[in-house]
Amino acid sequence: MNRDFLNARLLAGAIIVGGVCLMALISLVWTPYDPLKLDIANRFAPPGPRHWLGTDQLGRDVLSLLMRGAVGPVGVSISAVTIGLVVGATAGMLAASSGGVASYATLRTSDFLFAFPALLIAILLRETLGPGMLNAMVAIGIFYIPIFIRVSYGASLPVWRSGYVAAARVAGRGSLWIATVHVLPNIAGVLTVHTSVQLSLGVLAEASLSYIGLGVQPPQPSWGRMLLEAQTLLPISPLLAIAPGLAIMVTVMGFNLLGAGLRQALDPRGAFIPESEAVR
Amino acid sequence: MTVWRMTRRCAALILGVALLCGGPAFAQRTDLAIGVRLEPPHLDPTAAAAAVIGEITYANLFEGLTRIDREGRVIPGLAESWEVSDDGKVYTFRLRQGVFFHDGSTFDARDAVFTLERAIAPDSINPQKALLEPIEAVEAVDAHTLSVRLKRPTAQLPFILGLPALVIVGHETAETNRAMPNGTGPFRFSRWHMGDRVDLVRNDRYWGEKPALSRVTFRVIGDPSAAYAALMAGNIDAYTNFPAPEHLPQFEADPRFKVVVGRTEGKTVLAQNNARKPLDDIRVRRAIAHAIDRKLLIDGALYGYGDPIGSHFAPQNAGYVDLTGRYPYDPEAARALLREAGAEGLRLKLALPPPSYARRSGEIIAERLRDVGIQVDIVPMEWAQWLTDVFRDKNYDLSIVSHVEPNDLDIYARDDYYFNYDSPEYKALYAELAAEQDEEKRLVLLKSLQQKLTDDAVNGFLFLLPKLGVWDARLQGFWENAPIPANDLTGVRWER
Amino acid sequence: MIRAFAAGVASLLATLLVASVVIFAAMQVLPGDPAQVMLGVNARPDTLAALREQLGLDQPLAVRYWTWVSGLLTGNPGVSHTYAVPVSDLIAARLGVSLPLAALALALAVAIGLPLGMWAAARRGRAVDRGVLIVAQLGIAVPNFWLAMLLVLLFAVTLRWLPPGGFPGWDAGAGPALLALVLPAVALALPQSAILAQVMRQSLVDVLAQDFVRTARAKGLTRGQALRRHALRNAFIPILSVLGLQFPFLLAGTIIIENVFFLPGIGRLVFQAVNQRDLIVVQSVVMLLVAIVAVVNLLVGLAYAAVDPRVRRAA
Repeated sequence: MNRDFLNARLLAGAIIVGGVCLMALISLVWTPYDPLKLDIANRFAPPGPRHWLGTDQLGRDVLSLLMRGAVGPVGVSISAVTIGLVVGATAGMLAASSGGVASYATLRTSDFLFAFPALLIAILLRETLGPGMLNAMVAIGIFYIPIFIRVSYGASLPVWRSGYVAAARVAGRGSLWIATVHVLPNIAGVLTVHTSVQLSLGVLAEASLSYIGLGVQPPQPSWGRMLLEAQTLLPISPLLAIAPGLAIMVTVMGFNLLGAGLRQALDPRGAFIPESEAVR
Repeated sequence: MTVWRMTRRCAALILGVALLCGGPAFAQRTDLAIGVRLEPPHLDPTAAAAAVIGEITYANLFEGLTRIDREGRVIPGLAESWEVSDDGKVYTFRLRQGVFFHDGSTFDARDAVFTLERAIAPDSINPQKALLEPIEAVEAVDAHTLSVRLKRPTAQLPFILGLPALVIVGHETAETNRAMPNGTGPFRFSRWHMGDRVDLVRNDRYWGEKPALSRVTFRVIGDPSAAYAALMAGNIDAYTNFPAPEHLPQFEADPRFKVVVGRTEGKTVLAQNNARKPLDDIRVRRAIAHAIDRKLLIDGALYGYGDPIGSHFAPQNAGYVDLTGRYPYDPEAARALLREAGAEGLRLKLALPPPSYARRSGEIIAERLRDVGIQVDIVPMEWAQWLTDVFRDKNYDLSIVSHVEPNDLDIYARDDYYFNYDSPEYKALYAELAAEQDEEKRLVLLKSLQQKLTDDAVNGFLFLLPKLGVWDARLQGFWENAPIPANDLTGVRWER
Repeated sequence: MIRAFAAGVASLLATLLVASVVIFAAMQVLPGDPAQVMLGVNARPDTLAALREQLGLDQPLAVRYWTWVSGLLTGNPGVSHTYAVPVSDLIAARLGVSLPLAALALALAVAIGLPLGMWAAARRGRAVDRGVLIVAQLGIAVPNFWLAMLLVLLFAVTLRWLPPGGFPGWDAGAGPALLALVLPAVALALPQSAILAQVMRQSLVDVLAQDFVRTARAKGLTRGQALRRHALRNAFIPILSVLGLQFPFLLAGTIIIENVFFLPGIGRLVFQAVNQRDLIVVQSVVMLLVAIVAVVNLLVGLAYAAVDPRVRRAA
């Protein structure tokens, strides 16, 4: 494996992710057509100069829907990973600091959360609180917490046992101070790499939840729900199902490439993750 | 490799079957596979409201004293005939003789008494118990005569007794009907592959004319594109209530299929919480009525199949009056009414149950309402939540739902119904109708009731849900309309 | 090893106990009345009350919890509200679809993913390697329900080679039943196999770079021989851990895929039961799924510890 290819991955990932995020942001202020505007007389229009990707079953412009539809997957994925990162990394680091009961309890809670299928949490949340973007974020965020607990626990354990942390303790610094000043910078690389990998999973997860009717609610479009609606129309207009699926795929791939590239840039020895890329 | 070999073998098999079917000397078919959308929770129509139970069992496995035919008329069933006393309070049913349940036991007045008493008992879980409230007592005069005594005249009784929830069950097998339905119908229950299909076979001891079909399979295929593929591939022969109108043109273009667009009793309404501000103001409700574009709705949500309605009444029923012109689509009039009511900048929640007619209509209505200045927040929900939040707790502004019960003008006269419509005039009119025996006068009253609902703009009246039937062009005898949720297969046969 | 096992089992039991309380509590806050769902809009309050009594929903919470949990222990958690058959029978019947589906998907994923990974590792840096990596990147990024839709469009709607959905039951013969599982299993397996191929390739590459393999190659073995004789066994450790990590995804995937293909499996059951508010079925199935994930976790952890004694991650 040569370095050029890896750099290419970082670049490609950054371009795709940047492009999708930009598209989502732009869609909030401008889209070729109003993505909520119905034009039933002009439904199922094929791709053409007026509508580049055609129109859907209610005559809405598919390109505009696709642009606005990026807001859900990207937004939910980023927020959910943030929830998982903040809660999980804090808990993981502190668990590694203390050992004993608190540590044990944190790790067991993490195992427990991990055993709960995220999909079921999502379904139960939908039924209790009603569907919505916020619930998708929470459901996926809960799923991320144990992952980040494990990662940050494993990575920070050796740091806590290092000499300078012992020195800081002797100097009377509290755990939180040490965690912020000494431990966090040391595990930041690991967390960055994991974050970008998890973001790609987040996009997939949001799409799955939207597909089963959770997540961004109509009339606001989202890729997963576009797929759900297109499913019954497959024999009539396959493009309606192909376009959002491709959008999901490209976005997920972008985050994956970014993660692989970052891993290469930040972790050339493959110390962070056992199955990581390594250069010899 | 294995997958490839399997697909090849499968292709060969399909080809072989196709060749066989195409042969001119192929024997008369007597089997039938019908698609249904939802999985039945169980197979006892007297113990749950799910329409699919009736769609499988009604008139096939189970029969009632009376029977509702394809046009919604009441005809004799297990009762050959009936008489009503002069005061309208005693019905006497003469029961058919020589009728056997599928388990071999004989049907007589004991079973009829048992069925009705079970349905009105304090611990009854019959979904239509409310309709039986006028019944005072049921007794067997002799083995083949049943008398039903009423608290007050109820002209609807023979119709009520023909509903799926009031089919006759055997007094020894009533509790096992859920998994092993035992009725008197022309088909016997054979097997239920839970999650996939229900198999029925012909009942050779049937009292009436034997059906032409010998084996019937109801297959659960919920996804419209799967249903489309299953019909196209010949995995099923019929789908009598096809869930996706967008596919109909493709079936219409294919000579192998017959497409029949009929009517249901499903009056689809934009339900409004009449007690909640600002919907308690008739001007706001009328504004909403003016903002509803029925043509657009029927085109957009139903692909043009379906009839507009102007009140809570199905056009095919006697007494119908066309009120669809009362509030023409007129955004300007809607805005003016809202201004007059001082209700500008409204924000309303629209609760949508799962069926696609509701979800699709909801998006269209929301867009039209936005156009006249009402912000609409769509809240999709499952039936369970709809039943508690909207129906029971009345915690909603707007909702879209199809009312499929025939002759249900009484719901607007109820005190605690979820529309929260409280009109003494309407109640008085309805009481008059309930007591009226004369058909002419009943029709006049029915018209006044419809008129009153429209005048008060109680709900937004949208359209009558169509019954979209698709079946193999060689099949005959299916119901064109759906006066009740049923697939009466007694008259269905393959063309010679 | 024995201590690790005992600790693992103890923590498993604790997880299950807490899970049972959490799940039961979640059922109680679920809005909706099971009786109303069954009897519909025309039911009167007294009818609903009668049904609730029949279903045992009028009992105090503690009693219902205890009845359920003690039932779980004896393998008979209760009777389904809607189907009126024992929940254990219902689950057993549905597992008859879900387990073969998951097994088929897993087998397919392994059968596709591992050889691809090995192939790429053996041709490291060459066109084959890059090709496999790119295909794997695509495969990982494909949402499995979308793949399912495309497969249906191609093989069921257009070519009509395979059924678009539904399940004829095992008594219709193994042939038709397996045919019905082909598309769902492929939809589940392809993304999984992409992950496996990537991991397999990387761990082989890692192992090949280690000293003992270099020694073997110095002794004159070709890369392929070194790979077969020395590297494979060691490379399986990460595969094992990835399989463990992927298991919950496979499970969640199965739930969604069963709904796309209308297969009467556990996933369909839980969706329907949630919609019909068949609480006893929902809580029993969720409990089962949690237990499966927890047990798989435990086993993977133990296997990991057994294969590689250096790994001791538990606190």
